[in-house]
Amino acid sequence: MEHLLELQNIVVRFALRFGDLTAVDDVSFTLDRGERMGLVGESGAGKSVTGFSIIGLISRPGYIASGRILFEGKDLAHLDEEELRNIRGNRISMIFQDPMMTLNPVLTIGTQMIETLKAHRDISDNDAEAMAVDRLKMVHIPSPEKRLNQYPHEFSGGMRQRIVIAIALLTDPALIIADEPTTALDVTIQAEILDLLLELCESAKTGLILITHDLAVVSQVTEKITVLYAGKIVETGSTGTIIRDPMHPYTRGLINALPGSGHTGDRLNQIPGMMPNLLSIPPGCSFHPRCPFRMDICSKQNPVLTYHQGLERQVACFLMENRGRGCI
Amino acid sequence: MNRKTPLLEVTNLIKHFDISGGFLDRITLEKMRLRLTKTVVHALNSVSFSIFEGETFSVVGESGCGKSTLGRAIVGLFPIDSGSISYRGERIDVKNAKGMLPYRSKMQMVFQDPYASLNPRMRVEQTLMEPVLFHNPLMSVGEAKDRVAAVMEQVGVDPGWSSRYPHEFSGGQRQRISIARALMVEPEFIVADEPISALDVSIQAQILNLFMDAQDERGLTYLFITHDLSVVKHISTRVAVMYLGTICELAQTSSLFSRPRHPYTQALLSAIPVLGTRKPLHIRLRGEVPTPIELPSGCIFHKRCAFATNRCMEEIPVLREYDSAVLVACHGVEEGRL
Repeated sequence: MEHLLELQNIVVRFALRFGDLTAVDDVSFTLDRGERMGLVGESGAGKSVTGFSIIGLISRPGYIASGRILFEGKDLAHLDEEELRNIRGNRISMIFQDPMMTLNPVLTIGTQMIETLKAHRDISDNDAEAMAVDRLKMVHIPSPEKRLNQYPHEFSGGMRQRIVIAIALLTDPALIIADEPTTALDVTIQAEILDLLLELCESAKTGLILITHDLAVVSQVTEKITVLYAGKIVETGSTGTIIRDPMHPYTRGLINALPGSGHTGDRLNQIPGMMPNLLSIPPGCSFHPRCPFRMDICSKQNPVLTYHQGLERQVACFLMENRGRGCI
Repeated sequence: MNRKTPLLEVTNLIKHFDISGGFLDRITLEKMRLRLTKTVVHALNSVSFSIFEGETFSVVGESGCGKSTLGRAIVGLFPIDSGSISYRGERIDVKNAKGMLPYRSKMQMVFQDPYASLNPRMRVEQTLMEPVLFHNPLMSVGEAKDRVAAVMEQVGVDPGWSSRYPHEFSGGQRQRISIARALMVEPEFIVADEPISALDVSIQAQILNLFMDAQDERGLTYLFITHDLSVVKHISTRVAVMYLGTICELAQTSSLFSRPRHPYTQALLSAIPVLGTRKPLHIRLRGEVPTPIELPSGCIFHKRCAFATNRCMEEIPVLREYDSAVLVACHGVEEGRL
């Protein structure tokens, strides 16, 4: 079966004064119809840039240096702006972190929703309004007809994010890319928004790419996880197995660093150091300076992302070769 | 539990913010008459608790519940409207600036955003030296420099970088410098207001470890303000759960997490995303958090509570002690319904 989305060796670079900076380095993954994937990493890992590259939101000085982005059979990386516009916001919707920044503060919710619909479809105002009301109902906004005439500031943070989701759903997209959709929200609201996303994606068989730094959130919503470090995929595979038994030292470090994994009051298992600056990525495996298991080879050669039968995942780490000998 | 004089005691603390604005903003037309109205944010409504020496006391709650206002009021960044704050039995809320001086070096604060809380025009050394020299005017610059080096070493920032500016450091390192600034004057008590929320996951663990290490080495007492419940569970001795400027439950960390009593605490705990469990059954709260401008009558939580009765709508519940020193403000718990 054809995949809904397939990224093939995507490289995103930013042309800066002092040379090119590689933000996303040779990233490949696939997403099927209705599949939910988490893109995990810390700031600077390239997770948002990967998300942006899919819908052509990389603007100068950034550019997609190489690779293909196949969505429903079309290569998005090489479409012209006109064709891309038919897909972006229509077949692929995006939800951003801060709903107050996403919504236009001087237009009513209704105007913004109808505008979105009319940009993509030949539809009358009345029909568009009816659809907007329907989508607001889907995201559980009470009395949606009245709410259409209100401005973003009249809603609470959680409601605003639900409206953003309603706008994303307007065109019945096949894929939603959600970039840290709950980071700005409180836990109780976060739980509601995640439930809502899950429910909507499941009922409409919509694909979801959830970009986040929060492994706990990812583990609840997604079926697949892709962990990024300094622009490269270090581990990818099914959510359950990776969370239960992470293989890459970075993934393992991230999971062990979460409070709650050890005993109360104990020191947390911290990963020493920090993510390298993208301008000075260490040679070999970019994680080696922080890795507790580093070997000589790690600073010399680049580990290749390889599929491991029986582990249901791909890992880029030299330790995997020695796994049989009980090194990890 | 330690029953001697608490390090810090807060009783019936009330803090309201008048946001009505200027005279013209306040004029409204009501029944054909001009009236002057007043808009008041009820940030803290009669908050009482004690913090004992050596403990980590956490305050949790969602945005707008007044937890940051509480922290700032305690260190004296906001004057309070009524109630009292005592430090080692001495009332500090009534002291003037000069009288407060000795307490300022005992109580320090670490803020959320390390990008905003360090002066971008001051070198790290200047930032760290300023409070020591202010509080110890007799100290020589040489001694202060030695202390800067010692404290930087302790928080894990290379003392050789003391002549750098904040922009040359990463977020995690800046937060270490903020903590160093607080430690410079050798405080006993630190108010940490969301100190790790702006940091990456792997850095969060480093900073939390730093807080715990500093506590072990210096016998510090913390008031830890955060919305992150898994962090609270890990580091605190006792936890107070706040909702709309009121404490609804206060208990030892273990009893709060194993058996939350207040309906709001239950909802809050059930909403924590847990690693590896798919689709948890969290308790859905009805509606939204009401504004602190017009507080609901009776129990402030009654509009969203699934167990509210008529009594909850009329009578304000007070914090009562139940078994194993759990304080809960809920009529349902008091009546044995919950």
